[in-house]
Amino acid sequence: MFDYHALAPDFIVAGTVLAVLGADLFLPAGRKWLSAVVGILGLTLALIPIATLAAGDEGVRAMLDGSYVIDDFALVLKVFFILTGYIVLLMSVAYIEEDRYYQGEYYFLLLASLLGGMVMASSRDLVTLFVGLELVSGPAFLLAGWRKADSRSNEAALKFFVIGVLSAAILVYGMSLVYGMTGSLTFEGIRAASASVAEEPVFVLGILLVLVGFGFKISAVPFHFWAPDTYEGAPTPVTAYLSVGSKAAGFVGVLLVTYVAFGGAPDIWGPTLWILAALSMVVGNLIALRQENIVRLLAYSSIAHAGFMLVPFAAAGLVEGASLNQAFEATVSYVLIYGIMNLGAFAVVIAAARRTGSGQIRDWAGLGSYAPGISILLTLFLFSLAGIPPLAGWYAKFVMFLAVLQDANGWTIVLAAIAAVNAVIALYYYARVVQSVWMDAPPEHINPEPEPTGVSPSLGLAFGMLAVAVVVVGVFPELIAQFAKAASLIAGG
Amino acid sequence: MEWFDNGWGLSLVVFLPLVGALALLAVPKKDEETAKWLALFTAIASLFFGVVAAFRFDYGDAGALQLGTKLSWIPSIGSDYEIGLDGISLPMLVLSAAIVVLAIVYSWDHWPEPHNPKGFLILILFLATGMAGTFVAQDLVLFFIFFELVLLPMYFMIGIWGDKSKVKLPGFNREVETRLYASIKFFLFTLFGSAFMLLGFLALGLKADTFSIPELADLGASGAFTGTFAFLVFGALFLGFAVKVPMWPLHTWLPDAHTAAPTVGSVLLAAILLKLGSYGFIRIAIPILPDEAKSWAPAIAILAVIAIIYGSLACLAQTDMKRLIAFSSVGHMGFVMLGIATLTPVGITAAVIGMVAHGVITGMLFFLAGSMQHRYHTREMARLGGNLKLMPILGGMLGFTAMASLGLPGLAGFWGEFMALLGSYQPLEGLSLGVFRTSMVIGAIGTVLTAGYLLWMLQKVNLGEPKAEWDDHEFHDVDKYEMAAWVPLLIAIVAIGVFPKIVTGAANDAVQVLMDKAFF
Repeated sequence: MFDYHALAPDFIVAGTVLAVLGADLFLPAGRKWLSAVVGILGLTLALIPIATLAAGDEGVRAMLDGSYVIDDFALVLKVFFILTGYIVLLMSVAYIEEDRYYQGEYYFLLLASLLGGMVMASSRDLVTLFVGLELVSGPAFLLAGWRKADSRSNEAALKFFVIGVLSAAILVYGMSLVYGMTGSLTFEGIRAASASVAEEPVFVLGILLVLVGFGFKISAVPFHFWAPDTYEGAPTPVTAYLSVGSKAAGFVGVLLVTYVAFGGAPDIWGPTLWILAALSMVVGNLIALRQENIVRLLAYSSIAHAGFMLVPFAAAGLVEGASLNQAFEATVSYVLIYGIMNLGAFAVVIAAARRTGSGQIRDWAGLGSYAPGISILLTLFLFSLAGIPPLAGWYAKFVMFLAVLQDANGWTIVLAAIAAVNAVIALYYYARVVQSVWMDAPPEHINPEPEPTGVSPSLGLAFGMLAVAVVVVGVFPELIAQFAKAASLIAGG
Repeated sequence: MEWFDNGWGLSLVVFLPLVGALALLAVPKKDEETAKWLALFTAIASLFFGVVAAFRFDYGDAGALQLGTKLSWIPSIGSDYEIGLDGISLPMLVLSAAIVVLAIVYSWDHWPEPHNPKGFLILILFLATGMAGTFVAQDLVLFFIFFELVLLPMYFMIGIWGDKSKVKLPGFNREVETRLYASIKFFLFTLFGSAFMLLGFLALGLKADTFSIPELADLGASGAFTGTFAFLVFGALFLGFAVKVPMWPLHTWLPDAHTAAPTVGSVLLAAILLKLGSYGFIRIAIPILPDEAKSWAPAIAILAVIAIIYGSLACLAQTDMKRLIAFSSVGHMGFVMLGIATLTPVGITAAVIGMVAHGVITGMLFFLAGSMQHRYHTREMARLGGNLKLMPILGGMLGFTAMASLGLPGLAGFWGEFMALLGSYQPLEGLSLGVFRTSMVIGAIGTVLTAGYLLWMLQKVNLGEPKAEWDDHEFHDVDKYEMAAWVPLLIAIVAIGVFPKIVTGAANDAVQVLMDKAFF
């Protein structure tokens, strides 16, 4: 019944979660950062069974009547969550230590949330998917409010929590309607049954509610309004995690329900996601133009990126007989590359904000003249987000456009044109930060002498690795593309 | 030398500057001498291999792709590292490698503020890789990457080292520095065009299931792309390339960017970057979509002559010398586009030689304008005057180059204009004779206007008596770095003028083959 080899990665991470919590009891106050080391070791250990699973040729390993599955998609996403965990841990160590709040529990919650993402990647029925999603969200609510003496952090957590609960309720309601109509919880079962109920209004409503529920998670417009406040108030490493890990978890959910569970009803989710994609791109980008705070700017940029990631869905759903594989692959590629560059951007933002003592873009003027290293990396990540070759972001946009145009009709061409115009708008606000950093004179109150402490080694390691990844993937996108291709096989089209 | 012919030679030309740029990152900022020599060395090495390529090139078979290779690059989307050289790209490749060397030589002692030679040189070398790569790329995705690679360095070059004077923009209350405004305008315009260009590339790649330019050209010649699809794709490519050329009315970024850029930036922009657009028409848009090219040709011709006349008239309205030269680029690129629009071997050969000539001549003009600004600290033509008396050598060079620019027979500028007009007398069969002959007449009027504004500029800047405000100034004439950078350009102007076969020897056959394949 249980395939322990297949479950090993999740078990190891679950064990790590507990070990971190236990370790916290015994670590002296000055050494709490060792919890993070335990976490990193545990995550590394979890990569071993993933490697052996990937090397094995047993194909798909299904458990619990196909509810819990290890296939290429699950493996690729598990690795993605583990690597995200690595980076966020590295980003957090110095930040949390300086903050003087509890540390051990922080790592515990972070790893628990990651575990949720790993569970989602394997889930192939609605209940497992929902449990995984809640495991992602629950700890994240607490993490957002980590700076408990800071009222903005409290606000962030409260907004996130209220919206999170609301969206979970909508999601579950939608799932219950779908279950009621199809009589099945597994995605395969729903897919098989959906042909006979596709015309039923209740089934359509169920699908729409599920999409709305996930719309909150991926912060797509018009379900995005919590994101900027939460991102701004939460501790920055947590924001990085929310914008990458939590958002990726949301996309795992959308990918699974649309292509697999509702694969037989693209005429329902296609137009819906077309609207969400177009709105997210346009609204996210236009509001980002007006932001003065770097974290809020990145929050709106991440909303816009959610729009770009939704574009292939809309294309696949709107064109009769379109290849779902290609669209699936495009979104997976986009999520993976977005993860690299957005984590990198936040890591550098932490360093730059610490150096300048401010998150206002205006206060970063002239950063390039007294902190060139940080500035070069910041430029790298921001222009990668803008999609400028040869940085990794170009390939994400490229496959997105490829997916849209491959079986084009009028609707998808319009969407492609909207996306193209938005890619240009996005450049403007990223370039504005770069302009402030490199081309404006530093404000007078900034002390240009190098700081004695400098960037903490763990943070430096985090953005160093990501910077290498952004360039290498940009020049050899095949590195990412092959994983996305392997993962897309479950879409079946 | 077999390794050289297998693509390694071209790869070296393209990537040596990039290697140099990365090596420069490791050089300490204070150690300027090392940085300069390292940059110069890699640029010369790149040029050296470019010249070797020109010697290894088989001129008897200039229409075929040579010295290239094809390696698997991104199998997931079916894109390869496919490079190669034919008679059209060869002169462009050598020109770009040479201009980069001259730009570094000129910079040796002329660093724009804020100094920082290391950063400046890294950007020049990045640009070099992007420009050379665009001319050898034979895969649409690869072409796109190189085409975009030039954006970032040029953006930073204008934004950091550019003109710091303030401008007041209509509709805004605050004044902004020219460099900030010009750099972002350049970036946004080009990215706007290339976003649509990318959509066009993708549509072609998906339809034909290949991104290889030669394969797509074969398909295009056999009529694989037709109807609305071809129309939309050509429109998208047109947008991308036309912004870069720039064609009227998409040209407005050009005067701002050229004027605000530091001298070397203007030179590279004028000499090479603009050519990426017109080269794109010749290499991609026309061979792959010949039927659409035919139906768009009259429109392109009309826009081209508007650019010629508009550019010339705008020149006459300028008070700023650098801006005048910038607008002259609009006009000159109008002749190049007119040549391309005729879709005849004569016209397209005219475009190729026009591109090379404009690169050499306008590059030289920007060098001169930069050096004059360096000495006078102004570009206002009203304050200049009598330059020939103050600095006889520099003034003489300015006079000579302006003569070349206005198309004096015997100098490089003549052939491009003359052949473009010749081509539009007898455009490709099936194109409207009325449109093209009218264009020819208007274009011919344009040559008169061109002569008019250049002579007018010479009269204001070079002739007459020096203004009283310069009485106490000591002006030193051309220094040795300037000499080293400029003499090769002056020689090229004469050489191409007297012996155009330097360019057409390779280009003529290649254009003939290209046209035969596309239209016959």
